[in-house]
Amino acid sequence: MTIDTRNVNGITILELHGKVTIGEGSRVIRETIRELLDAGNKNILLNLGDVSYVDSSGIGELVSSYTTVTNQGGQFKLLNLTKKIRELLAITKLLTVFDCYDDEETAVGSFS
Amino acid sequence: MGEDIKEGNQVSQLKGADLEITFGSQFGYLDFVEEITDAITRMVGFDEDTRFWITLSIRESVVNAIQHGNQSDESKKVGIRFQSLPDRLVIFIQDEGEGFDESQIRDPLKPENLLQTGGRGVFFVRSFMDEVAWKLLPGGGMEMRMEKRLNHTKQGEENDN
Repeated sequence: MTIDTRNVNGITILELHGKVTIGEGSRVIRETIRELLDAGNKNILLNLGDVSYVDSSGIGELVSSYTTVTNQGGQFKLLNLTKKIRELLAITKLLTVFDCYDDEETAVGSFS
Repeated sequence: MGEDIKEGNQVSQLKGADLEITFGSQFGYLDFVEEITDAITRMVGFDEDTRFWITLSIRESVVNAIQHGNQSDESKKVGIRFQSLPDRLVIFIQDEGEGFDESQIRDPLKPENLLQTGGRGVFFVRSFMDEVAWKLLPGGGMEMRMEKRLNHTKQGEENDN
Protein backbone atom coordinates (compact mmCIF):
# COMPACT_ATOMS: atom_id res chain seq x y z
CA MET A 1 0.00 0.00 0.00
CA THR A 2 1.16 3.55 -0.73
CA ILE A 3 -0.04 6.94 0.51
CA ASP A 4 -0.02 10.24 -1.38
CA THR A 5 -0.26 13.34 0.79
CA ARG A 6 -1.77 16.69 -0.25
CA ASN A 7 -2.70 19.81 1.61
CA VAL A 8 -5.88 21.75 0.84
CA ASN A 9 -6.83 24.78 2.97
CA GLY A 10 -4.87 23.47 5.93
CA ILE A 11 -6.45 20.02 5.70
CA THR A 12 -4.11 17.10 5.05
CA ILE A 13 -5.59 14.69 2.53
CA LEU A 14 -4.12 11.19 2.57
CA GLU A 15 -4.87 9.18 -0.55
CA LEU A 16 -4.49 5.47 0.07
CA HIS A 17 -3.67 3.11 -2.78
CA GLY A 18 -3.77 -0.67 -2.48
CA LYS A 19 -4.54 -3.04 0.37
CA VAL A 20 -5.19 -1.90 3.93
CA THR A 21 -4.63 -5.26 5.58
CA ILE A 22 -2.69 -6.82 8.44
CA GLY A 23 1.02 -6.09 8.34
CA GLU A 24 2.35 -3.40 6.04
CA GLY A 25 -0.87 -1.58 5.11
CA SER A 26 -1.87 -1.01 8.72
CA ARG A 27 1.64 -0.03 9.76
CA VAL A 28 2.08 2.59 7.01
CA ILE A 29 -1.14 4.38 8.02
CA ARG A 30 -0.17 4.43 11.69
CA GLU A 31 3.28 5.88 10.96
CA THR A 32 1.92 8.50 8.56
CA ILE A 33 -0.69 9.69 11.08
CA ARG A 34 1.91 9.86 13.81
CA GLU A 35 4.27 11.96 11.65
CA LEU A 36 1.43 14.35 10.76
CA LEU A 37 0.44 14.82 14.39
CA ASP A 38 4.08 15.36 15.41
CA ALA A 39 4.32 18.08 12.77
CA GLY A 40 1.16 19.72 14.14
CA ASN A 41 -1.18 18.68 11.31
CA LYS A 42 -4.32 17.67 13.16
CA ASN A 43 -6.99 17.89 10.47
CA ILE A 44 -6.80 14.72 8.42
CA LEU A 45 -8.99 13.46 5.59
CA LEU A 46 -8.43 9.88 4.48
CA ASN A 47 -9.37 9.14 0.86
CA LEU A 48 -10.22 5.42 0.57
CA GLY A 49 -11.45 5.50 -3.03
CA ASP A 50 -8.48 3.56 -4.40
CA VAL A 51 -8.30 0.95 -1.63
CA SER A 52 -8.66 -2.50 -3.17
CA TYR A 53 -8.98 -4.54 0.01
CA VAL A 54 -9.57 -4.02 3.73
CA ASP A 55 -9.62 -6.64 6.47
CA SER A 56 -10.52 -6.38 10.17
CA SER A 57 -6.98 -5.23 10.92
CA GLY A 58 -7.37 -2.38 8.41
CA ILE A 59 -10.73 -1.40 9.92
CA GLY A 60 -9.01 -1.47 13.32
CA GLU A 61 -6.35 0.87 12.00
CA LEU A 62 -9.00 3.37 10.87
CA VAL A 63 -10.47 3.27 14.37
CA SER A 64 -7.03 3.67 15.92
CA SER A 65 -6.26 6.66 13.65
CA TYR A 66 -9.59 8.25 14.54
CA THR A 67 -8.95 7.82 18.28
CA THR A 68 -5.35 9.05 18.11
CA VAL A 69 -6.20 12.18 16.10
CA THR A 70 -9.31 13.01 18.16
CA ASN A 71 -7.43 12.57 21.45
CA GLN A 72 -4.93 15.19 20.27
CA GLY A 73 -7.69 17.67 19.56
CA GLY A 74 -7.76 17.06 15.80
CA GLN A 75 -10.39 15.90 13.34
CA PHE A 76 -10.20 12.68 11.32
CA LYS A 77 -12.66 12.09 8.49
CA LEU A 78 -13.16 9.63 5.65
CA LEU A 79 -13.63 10.33 1.95
CA ASN A 80 -14.88 8.06 -0.88
CA LEU A 81 -15.71 4.82 0.90
CA THR A 82 -15.81 1.86 -1.47
CA LYS A 83 -18.96 -0.27 -1.41
CA LYS A 84 -17.15 -3.02 0.51
CA ILE A 85 -15.64 -0.68 3.09
CA ARG A 86 -19.02 0.99 3.60
CA GLU A 87 -20.60 -2.41 4.24
CA LEU A 88 -17.88 -3.39 6.73
CA LEU A 89 -18.28 -0.07 8.57
CA ALA A 90 -22.07 -0.48 8.54
CA ILE A 91 -22.16 -3.97 10.09
CA THR A 92 -19.61 -2.94 12.73
CA LYS A 93 -21.67 0.20 13.53
CA LEU A 94 -18.65 2.33 12.75
CA LEU A 95 -20.52 4.41 10.18
CA THR A 96 -22.04 6.11 13.20
CA VAL A 97 -18.55 6.93 14.50
CA PHE A 98 -16.83 8.21 11.37
CA ASP A 99 -17.68 11.39 9.52
CA CYS A 100 -17.81 10.19 5.88
CA TYR A 101 -17.98 12.17 2.63
CA ASP A 102 -18.39 11.42 -1.06
CA ASP A 103 -16.80 14.55 -2.47
CA GLU A 104 -13.61 16.30 -1.52
CA GLU A 105 -14.87 19.88 -1.54
CA THR A 106 -17.68 19.16 0.93
CA ALA A 107 -15.32 17.12 3.07
CA VAL A 108 -12.67 19.85 3.22
CA GLY A 109 -15.35 22.45 3.98
CA SER A 110 -16.66 20.39 6.88
CA PHE A 111 -13.53 20.83 9.00
CA SER A 112 -13.98 23.52 11.61
CA MET B 1 -4.78 -17.11 -11.19
CA GLY B 2 -8.14 -18.39 -12.28
CA GLU B 3 -8.52 -15.74 -14.99
CA ASP B 4 -8.40 -18.35 -17.78
CA ILE B 5 -10.79 -20.73 -16.07
CA LYS B 6 -14.17 -20.78 -17.72
CA GLU B 7 -16.99 -20.73 -15.20
CA GLY B 8 -19.84 -23.15 -15.95
CA ASN B 9 -18.12 -26.11 -17.56
CA GLN B 10 -15.62 -26.39 -14.71
CA VAL B 11 -18.30 -26.39 -12.05
CA SER B 12 -19.51 -29.96 -12.47
CA GLN B 13 -15.94 -31.24 -12.38
CA LEU B 14 -15.28 -29.54 -9.08
CA LYS B 15 -18.34 -30.78 -7.19
CA GLY B 16 -17.35 -33.23 -4.51
CA ALA B 17 -13.70 -32.30 -5.00
CA ASP B 18 -11.26 -31.52 -2.23
CA LEU B 19 -8.26 -29.27 -2.20
CA GLU B 20 -5.88 -29.01 0.71
CA ILE B 21 -2.98 -26.66 1.34
CA THR B 22 -0.61 -26.44 4.29
CA PHE B 23 1.80 -23.62 5.04
CA GLY B 24 3.89 -22.10 7.83
CA SER B 25 2.55 -19.39 10.13
CA GLN B 26 3.49 -16.33 8.08
CA PHE B 27 1.26 -13.50 6.89
CA GLY B 28 3.24 -13.58 3.63
CA TYR B 29 1.05 -16.50 2.54
CA LEU B 30 -2.18 -14.53 2.86
CA ASP B 31 -2.17 -13.17 -0.68
CA PHE B 32 -1.58 -16.68 -2.02
CA VAL B 33 -4.47 -18.02 0.07
CA GLU B 34 -6.60 -15.18 -1.26
CA GLU B 35 -5.83 -16.09 -4.90
CA ILE B 36 -6.60 -19.77 -4.36
CA THR B 37 -9.86 -18.91 -2.57
CA ASP B 38 -10.91 -16.54 -5.33
CA ALA B 39 -10.22 -19.19 -7.99
CA ILE B 40 -12.12 -21.93 -6.12
CA THR B 41 -15.13 -19.78 -5.27
CA ARG B 42 -15.26 -18.64 -8.90
CA MET B 43 -15.25 -22.26 -10.13
CA VAL B 44 -17.91 -23.28 -7.62
CA GLY B 45 -20.11 -20.51 -9.00
CA PHE B 46 -20.41 -17.79 -6.36
CA ASP B 47 -21.08 -14.24 -7.53
CA GLU B 48 -18.38 -11.61 -7.23
CA ASP B 49 -19.60 -10.05 -3.97
CA THR B 50 -19.97 -13.42 -2.26
CA ARG B 51 -16.50 -14.44 -3.46
CA PHE B 52 -15.11 -11.32 -1.83
CA TRP B 53 -16.80 -12.05 1.51
CA ILE B 54 -15.72 -15.71 1.52
CA THR B 55 -12.16 -14.65 0.74
CA LEU B 56 -12.26 -12.09 3.54
CA SER B 57 -13.63 -14.70 5.97
CA ILE B 58 -10.82 -17.11 5.12
CA ARG B 59 -8.22 -14.34 5.43
CA GLU B 60 -9.51 -13.42 8.89
CA SER B 61 -9.57 -17.06 9.97
CA VAL B 62 -6.03 -17.72 8.75
CA VAL B 63 -4.81 -14.59 10.56
CA ASN B 64 -6.43 -15.90 13.76
CA ALA B 65 -4.94 -19.36 13.21
CA ILE B 66 -1.48 -17.82 12.84
CA GLN B 67 -1.73 -15.23 15.65
CA HIS B 68 -3.90 -16.87 18.28
CA GLY B 69 -3.72 -20.57 17.40
CA ASN B 70 -0.06 -20.89 16.49
CA GLN B 71 1.11 -17.86 18.51
CA SER B 72 2.95 -16.62 15.39
CA ASP B 73 5.40 -19.54 15.66
CA GLU B 74 6.50 -19.83 12.02
CA SER B 75 7.39 -23.51 12.43
CA LYS B 76 3.76 -24.32 13.24
CA LYS B 77 1.49 -25.09 10.31
CA VAL B 78 -1.86 -23.81 9.15
CA GLY B 79 -3.94 -26.11 6.96
CA ILE B 80 -6.87 -25.18 4.75
CA ARG B 81 -9.15 -27.72 3.12
CA PHE B 82 -11.79 -26.77 0.61
CA GLN B 83 -14.62 -29.23 0.11
CA SER B 84 -16.98 -28.46 -2.73
CA LEU B 85 -20.42 -30.02 -2.41
CA PRO B 86 -23.34 -29.68 -4.84
CA ASP B 87 -25.06 -26.96 -2.82
CA ARG B 88 -22.28 -25.47 -0.72
CA LEU B 89 -18.59 -24.88 -0.17
CA VAL B 90 -17.17 -26.12 3.11
CA ILE B 91 -13.84 -24.81 4.37
CA PHE B 92 -11.77 -26.30 7.20
CA ILE B 93 -8.94 -24.29 8.74
CA GLN B 94 -6.62 -26.07 11.10
CA ASP B 95 -3.93 -24.78 13.42
CA GLU B 96 -1.67 -26.31 16.07
CA GLY B 97 -3.11 -24.28 18.94
CA GLU B 98 -5.05 -25.24 22.03
CA GLY B 99 -8.34 -23.68 20.98
CA PHE B 100 -10.23 -20.99 22.80
CA ASP B 101 -13.41 -20.39 24.73
CA GLU B 102 -15.98 -19.13 22.24
CA SER B 103 -17.86 -17.31 24.99
CA GLN B 104 -14.77 -15.17 25.61
CA ILE B 105 -14.99 -13.54 22.17
CA ARG B 106 -16.15 -10.02 22.88
CA ASP B 107 -19.03 -8.46 20.98
CA PRO B 108 -17.54 -5.68 18.82
CA LEU B 109 -20.95 -3.97 18.59
CA LYS B 110 -21.18 -3.21 22.30
CA PRO B 111 -20.69 0.53 22.88
CA GLU B 112 -17.65 -0.09 25.09
CA ASN B 113 -16.00 -2.16 22.33
CA LEU B 114 -16.87 0.06 19.37
CA LEU B 115 -13.54 1.90 19.42
CA GLN B 116 -11.39 -1.17 20.11
CA THR B 117 -8.64 -1.65 17.53
CA GLY B 118 -9.06 -5.42 17.33
CA GLY B 119 -11.71 -8.06 17.83
CA ARG B 120 -13.70 -7.88 14.59
CA GLY B 121 -12.27 -10.87 12.68
CA VAL B 122 -14.59 -13.59 14.00
CA PHE B 123 -17.51 -11.16 13.77
CA PHE B 124 -16.84 -10.71 10.05
CA VAL B 125 -16.64 -14.48 9.52
CA ARG B 126 -19.93 -15.02 11.35
CA SER B 127 -21.54 -12.21 9.38
CA PHE B 128 -20.58 -13.47 5.95
CA MET B 129 -20.57 -17.26 6.26
CA ASP B 130 -23.67 -19.44 6.80
CA GLU B 131 -22.19 -21.81 9.39
CA VAL B 132 -19.13 -21.41 11.61
CA ALA B 133 -17.92 -23.87 14.24
CA TRP B 134 -14.71 -24.76 16.06
CA LYS B 135 -13.55 -28.01 17.59
CA LEU B 136 -10.44 -29.32 19.23
CA LEU B 137 -8.90 -32.22 17.35
CA PRO B 138 -8.21 -35.48 19.20
CA GLY B 139 -4.61 -35.52 17.98
CA GLY B 140 -4.05 -31.87 19.02
CA GLY B 141 -4.72 -28.58 17.34
CA MET B 142 -7.94 -26.84 16.49
CA GLU B 143 -10.17 -27.03 13.47
CA MET B 144 -12.51 -24.32 12.32
CA ARG B 145 -15.26 -25.34 9.96
CA MET B 146 -17.25 -22.86 7.93
CA GLU B 147 -19.60 -23.19 5.04
CA LYS B 148 -21.29 -21.04 2.47
CA ARG B 149 -24.35 -22.21 0.61
CA LEU B 150 -24.83 -21.39 -3.05
CA ASN B 151 -27.65 -18.94 -3.85
CA HIS B 152 -28.21 -17.99 -0.26
CA THR B 153 -28.84 -14.56 1.20
CA LYS B 154 -25.83 -13.27 3.08
CA GLN B 155 -26.31 -13.33 6.81
CA GLY B 156 -24.43 -10.05 6.99
CA GLU B 157 -27.39 -8.36 5.34
CA GLU B 158 -29.78 -9.80 7.88
CA ASN B 159 -27.58 -8.72 10.78
CA ASP B 160 -27.24 -5.23 9.40
CA ASN B 161 -28.77 -3.37 12.31
